[in-house]
Amino acid sequence: MAGSGTAHLRGDGDSLLRVEHLLVEFPVGRSGLKVNAVTDVSFDILEGETLGIVGESGCGKSTTGRAVMQLPPPKGGRVVYDGVELTSLKGEDLRAMRPRLQMIFQDPISSLNPRRKVKDIVREGLDIWNIGDKDSRDAKVLEVLEAVGIDPANVERRPHEFSGGQCQRISIARAVVTDPKLIICDEPVSALDVSVQAQILNLLEDMKARYGLTLVFIAHDLAVVKNVSDRVMVMYLGKVCEVAGPDTLYSQPAHPYSAALLAAIPVPDPGTRPDAQQVLGGEIPSPMEPPSGCRFRTRCPRAQPQCGQEEPELREVAPGQYVACHFPLEPGEALTFGGPPSVSI
Amino acid sequence: MPAPPPDDIPIPGPEGQRDLDRYAEDSLDSGLAVAQTQLYVSAVEVGGEGRRRGKGLGLGAWLAIGWLTFIVAVSVLAQLGILPLKSPTESFSECARLGPFAKEGTAPGHLLGCDSNGRDMIARMAYGGWSSLVVATGAVLFGLVFGGILGLLAGFFGGKIDAVITSVFNVFLAIPAVVLALALVAFLQGAASSGSGGDNVDPKLLLILAIGIVSVPLLGRITRASALTWSQREFVLAARAQGAKPMRIMVREVLPNVVPAMMSIALLAIAIAIVAEGTLSILGVGVRPPTPSWGNIIGLDRGRIKESPHIVFLPAILIFFTVLSLNFLGDVVRAKLDVRESAV
Amino acid sequence: MTQPASAPTVSTAGPSEPLLQVEDLRTHFETPRGIVRAVDGVSFTLARGKTLGVVGESGSGKTVLSRSIMGLLPKRGTIREGSVRFDGTEITELSPKEMRDFWGARMSMIFQDPMTSLNPVMKIGKQITESIRQHLDVDKKYANELGENLLRSVRIPEPEQRLKEYPHQLSGGMRQRVCIAVALACGPALLFADEPTTALDVTVQAQVLDLMATQQRERFMAIVLITHDLGVVAGRADEIAVMYAGRIVEKAPTSVLFSDMKMPYTEALLSSIPKIEHPSHTRLNTIPGRPPNLVTPPQGCKFAPRCTYVQPRCLEEDPPLMPGTQPGHEYRCWFPVGTPEGAEALARNRADQAVTGGAA
Repeated sequence: MAGSGTAHLRGDGDSLLRVEHLLVEFPVGRSGLKVNAVTDVSFDILEGETLGIVGESGCGKSTTGRAVMQLPPPKGGRVVYDGVELTSLKGEDLRAMRPRLQMIFQDPISSLNPRRKVKDIVREGLDIWNIGDKDSRDAKVLEVLEAVGIDPANVERRPHEFSGGQCQRISIARAVVTDPKLIICDEPVSALDVSVQAQILNLLEDMKARYGLTLVFIAHDLAVVKNVSDRVMVMYLGKVCEVAGPDTLYSQPAHPYSAALLAAIPVPDPGTRPDAQQVLGGEIPSPMEPPSGCRFRTRCPRAQPQCGQEEPELREVAPGQYVACHFPLEPGEALTFGGPPSVSI
Repeated sequence: MPAPPPDDIPIPGPEGQRDLDRYAEDSLDSGLAVAQTQLYVSAVEVGGEGRRRGKGLGLGAWLAIGWLTFIVAVSVLAQLGILPLKSPTESFSECARLGPFAKEGTAPGHLLGCDSNGRDMIARMAYGGWSSLVVATGAVLFGLVFGGILGLLAGFFGGKIDAVITSVFNVFLAIPAVVLALALVAFLQGAASSGSGGDNVDPKLLLILAIGIVSVPLLGRITRASALTWSQREFVLAARAQGAKPMRIMVREVLPNVVPAMMSIALLAIAIAIVAEGTLSILGVGVRPPTPSWGNIIGLDRGRIKESPHIVFLPAILIFFTVLSLNFLGDVVRAKLDVRESAV
Repeated sequence: MTQPASAPTVSTAGPSEPLLQVEDLRTHFETPRGIVRAVDGVSFTLARGKTLGVVGESGSGKTVLSRSIMGLLPKRGTIREGSVRFDGTEITELSPKEMRDFWGARMSMIFQDPMTSLNPVMKIGKQITESIRQHLDVDKKYANELGENLLRSVRIPEPEQRLKEYPHQLSGGMRQRVCIAVALACGPALLFADEPTTALDVTVQAQVLDLMATQQRERFMAIVLITHDLGVVAGRADEIAVMYAGRIVEKAPTSVLFSDMKMPYTEALLSSIPKIEHPSHTRLNTIPGRPPNLVTPPQGCKFAPRCTYVQPRCLEEDPPLMPGTQPGHEYRCWFPVGTPEGAEALARNRADQAVTGGAA
């Protein structure tokens, strides 16, 4: 099984969230074809940890986040959160779990109802569950808004009166108001300007400390993911490529795809001429007909016949570094792009 | 430890800037913009419209509001008997068919002349306005309530519910509206007379039901489309993630965003319903004489259009301006609402 | 491989004159809230074959600047002043009809979103050949050949097949390649690239930027690369202009800008980007506050309210563009980074903050 396996999972009892063999597929019309959005993905998160999930569009990182939230429930696999198997719950039981894990979205504008006041948006979670009386709810709303840096004088305003960064702060306030332990952040800063992005990333760290949060941080920007994460999972075409601590992963990537991603980042330093950088060729294949064996093999400069026949499983190549590749990069070895990149369709 | 960064004073400037950037982008990004004057022109138009939207209502909208206020006020006051009008059913046979500008024998006191039975046109039109407006507004309210509920359910839930509701809408839409309305009136009349054993059901109610049912799929489809778009927004997902029940999400998150679209379309629908009532009256199944409505004033005397054109044209003019005002106002409302959405 | 024919450019400029010369360009919009100074006195020159990187956050006026230079903004409600000389011709006074000889043929543009900038109901081939046939006197067959060669030169596989396809049948990266092909169809001398890779994935971004660089070399074309990402311009631009509140606040050759930046805004922008080489959980520097209101911008330096170097003088006197020690370096600051005055100002502010912070 390519990019599958559970070697990287830690002890069963320690993790706040444990996802095993997650499977998400979408049917394509009535054609009988299906999009293999997420295939056999496993990971776990310890309490207080931040797991970064990184990958390019179409790698299934956002789908993974939503499948954990059971929005919609995945087609297969187990999601165990705080000792409760979410994937076995239905209806009211599942609904009762919802305030305990929350989500922050990419588009700060689309994720706030334009016709509601900020205080009502933030209070909604408390209202749904009838937590506390009216006064304690109002107090809680003001407390979280203050924590995210929104002036309480502005709570009567509607979202369009705020900037993108402020809207994202409001989203964060809404997510923490029901005191969840886990928040899934789905590209929370990719729609923001760099200066605002820094504010929101710092804020997320502050909120994590203040409310004792555990985060799943999904993003396509490797530098951003490195900044916030304790552990990083690289995904490609619905599969896990590599799981490792950020310092290991970024200094010594073992999977060729991780290495290629790192090589493609534009560095704000004119000393690094991009001509010297080497670029991964080709494009991500269709998730409707993923390549056999290792799904990255069609673009991989190290691909061998074995990669087309046999799916690599995640295995530990260095302490805490797990990679799903038959021919991982040795420590100290750099990825060489053999020949001109073949442009696939 | 410094306080949280004070980036949070909303200033209109950058937002305005953003909007400008956005409309320039929207209009210019499309296509080989660079080489096409066409697009340049459209950008200019978009720019112009963007500015128009920002300002007040504009003269046209105020004229439309003024006209509609006048029509509604006269109809209501006439119905309440407050206006010093003649009876709409009393015949002044000596001035039958005489128009307002007849060279001879314009009856004193009939400023706009009389109809073929010698009834005062002003009174007929004032009382008729009541019938027309009640039928049109009632029908649209009916359509809004039922079409709105069905459309909201279809758009929000999707799947099988959507498939069933949409196909019912499609079946109704496939029947020509006038034929459907005629059939409904006939059916409802039959049902009413057999049910209550008499003829005492107000024909206006039958018309409201008939036109209302015809309007349900039209309004429902528009509601469905709007509900579908809004249901895919992330704040709906956020509400679901918080554990809100579907009903709560539908009513609190989706409905408030759908209502504005429904309102602007409701104004247009009232205009259509006024015409529909007129059409049915002309076909003889509308408001029953001697009770006047704009439609049946025309309907009764449509044969005399040559000799006494005023009987047909005066109510037609009323309908014309009322429908025009409603349409215009509907557009203005929509433009205003667009701005609120894009400012988001 | 056949080189696509270049447009019949009749250059009236001497060889020494730069391709693009923008002087004190102002672009203001009339809005209900007042006049928005989107571009407020921008000057620069760009030589053939060179790349100017324009960096700024949203609302800094970078997009309006490029459109204003091309004359693509709506006439109504827009006030445009200043001079734009392109290849020896003053183009601010030209009518849209006259500008059509420039658009596409001698200057063209690629946009952020390749999906919306292609016509979804028109085949790729038609979209490319349309501009060729409008500007060059060639027959349909030859235009098609040119189109095919263009697609090949932007490294699109099976170009003859792609010509018959619609934009939605291509991936995002391929669409942006098509956009580049369309923009290059008539061999423009100047290309505006407005956030060309923001919507693309990193690996595809690198491919597209490489492609632009190759095409630039082959065609000796000038590029104005507009982006919010300092990383993108660092390796690609010869010169960088940093924009803030509708003005250029610092401009320098790329290596000078990164090694010797003078403007506190540039420094703050660069330090707010998370760096790969920093360990996890490194606290990021932030720029407090928000960009100024462009209707009633603050007196003095526009960045002063957010600046860590700010001194009383900054709030009163607007700094002009001052020349730096190295040729081509200009900045707007009274207390520049890396100078004794700047260090002193920063030290004073830190001391003040420590006092107020300790009191609180």
